[in-house]
Amino acid sequence: MWQRGYHRAVSSLSLRGIRKTLGANAILKGIDLEVPDGSLTVLVGPSGCGKSTLLRTIAGLESPDTGVITLGDRDVTRAEPRDRDIAMVFQSYALYPHLTVRENLAFGLRLRKEPEKLIRARIEEVSAMLGLDTLLDRLPRDMSGGQRQRVAMGRAIARRPKLFLFDEPLSNLDAALRNQVRVEIKKLHATLGATMIYVTHDQVEAMTLADQLVVLSAGTIEQNGPPLTVYAQPVSRFVAEFLGSPSMNFLEATVAKDTRTLRAEGLSLTLDPARFVSLKPDQRVLVGLRPHDVQPALDGPAMLTLAIDVVEAMGFEAFAHGHVAGSHFIARLSSEAHALPKPGDTLGLTLADDRVYLFDPESRRSLARSVP
Amino acid sequence: MTPLQRPPPLPWRMAAHAAVIAAVGFALYPVLWVVSLALDGAQRPSGRALPWPVAPSLDHFRAVLFAHSREGTWLFARQLTNSIVVSAMTALTAIAIATPAAYALARFPKFVGAQSGTKALLATQMFPGVASAIPLYILLDKLHLLDTQLGLILVYATTAVPFAIFQLRGAFESIPKDLEEAAMVDGATRLQAFVRVVLPAARPALAVTALFAFMSAWNEFILAATFLSHESAFTLPVALQRHVGEYDAAWGRFAAGSIIVSLPVMALFYALQKNLVGGLTSGGVKG
Repeated sequence: MWQRGYHRAVSSLSLRGIRKTLGANAILKGIDLEVPDGSLTVLVGPSGCGKSTLLRTIAGLESPDTGVITLGDRDVTRAEPRDRDIAMVFQSYALYPHLTVRENLAFGLRLRKEPEKLIRARIEEVSAMLGLDTLLDRLPRDMSGGQRQRVAMGRAIARRPKLFLFDEPLSNLDAALRNQVRVEIKKLHATLGATMIYVTHDQVEAMTLADQLVVLSAGTIEQNGPPLTVYAQPVSRFVAEFLGSPSMNFLEATVAKDTRTLRAEGLSLTLDPARFVSLKPDQRVLVGLRPHDVQPALDGPAMLTLAIDVVEAMGFEAFAHGHVAGSHFIARLSSEAHALPKPGDTLGLTLADDRVYLFDPESRRSLARSVP
Repeated sequence: MTPLQRPPPLPWRMAAHAAVIAAVGFALYPVLWVVSLALDGAQRPSGRALPWPVAPSLDHFRAVLFAHSREGTWLFARQLTNSIVVSAMTALTAIAIATPAAYALARFPKFVGAQSGTKALLATQMFPGVASAIPLYILLDKLHLLDTQLGLILVYATTAVPFAIFQLRGAFESIPKDLEEAAMVDGATRLQAFVRVVLPAARPALAVTALFAFMSAWNEFILAATFLSHESAFTLPVALQRHVGEYDAAWGRFAAGSIIVSLPVMALFYALQKNLVGGLTSGGVKG
């Protein structure tokens, strides 16, 4: 069976100043990134942020205008895709339609003229690992989406490449299957110990899979680090809004004379000044509050007042949609704790654990002191 | 359509069937007449409304199949060979030239001359082939290619290639780029990706395009009649026409010959129908 770290060659990846322009559009505006050997790095961002182009550049399917790509200790910036020793799982799976599953798995090995015995052994290994045994003689058109997805992963694994690239591999699966395969990819990464780069626009995939989370926006890296760190200490409103579901709420507020109280209509918050850069009286700030960090003010004064429009009960929790100080606001409520409020009600909320995020309304950067 | 939808009432269905049967009869009537003529031993067309032979016999078929020239050449075998060689070589030439051209136009639509080249190809399709019959005749004469298979193949290929390029460009455009990119990441050169992934995926389109080129060469009459003057160089359509001469119209033999000429085309259609219908690319990528 597979040993952890089957590939002993060092397969760290390093990107230096990668720029790419297509036509008049700057797609990548200077990307610097280190992908450590054996890590699972997730590139996440909204459509058009350049994440797929970056992945294709690493694969060699696009070539950067400037910059250097180093794989292991080799400069592969101008190398052909076939000379990079990488494997890619495409969003569309891109299975060879005229070949059986067995021949799809063997394709890369045959091109490299590996001995037949080794090819057979690899096919056996991979099909056992992914449960493809009974599908080996089928054509792609005779399989379900989930099965095709497995074959696409198997085709990558059979090659034992230095680096695995995943381009939104789950986006064509239904929700239940997506959760299942996501866990499998995580296991696979643990089993293989291989270096993997994974592109997605889904923040759940990004948070759950990543060792290293790279948030991209408009062709630049917005923030980069362990997923929980990025989640807890977003450097900008963009990152804060992108991670977490439902998204963070944002309210405009003014700093009071004491420089530690924030005020807006329906809002009165006292801050721990140690957590933020020094604020000036009357300074405008953008307050960020995650729906999961607020709770009903049952026995204390309310910090904010939510005018409720809609309540979505999910069973073990509920989301109250409404307005605070004229801005749309979502609060998470635990359903069993108390009777749920109704549309038209107002609800006093307090904060759990002082979890306030502050951003500059102009630059949209975080005003936290401890930002990485 | 919902499963609960009731079938239309009986009179409606009967009327629809009657209309379809009438349409089929309308389309088949002349064909049935040809079959009837071919099988009729009578010297003159009977002029009856019903396409049924008056004196059934296979004489016309025998006459067409076993005709010999004055020198003793078995003409039908010779002319059949001519037709097969010319049509098959036309199809092969068209595919061989059009495949790389169409692939280039599909995948690199911005290379120098791609736009104007495509327009020029389109322009060649706008003129009827007969328009160039005289210049072509002079060209072939100078090249000593009159009455040769090669001459005819070259002429047919000039019209078959542009058509094949348009057909195949569409086919290549419909094959997802992901497939080639997957092959290239897997270790293929661009050429290997083309040969081992794109061409197999385009097989149905290649088959259909080849069939069209073959058929248009097989059925072509005017140019063949212009460039060929010796009986032994004739293709079948030219040979066929000679049965209906100025002083003697052997309609029976003409009809028998027509049927013989259409059989191979029908057989090809039958053999390739899977490719005509099936889409081999389905299943490779999502959807």
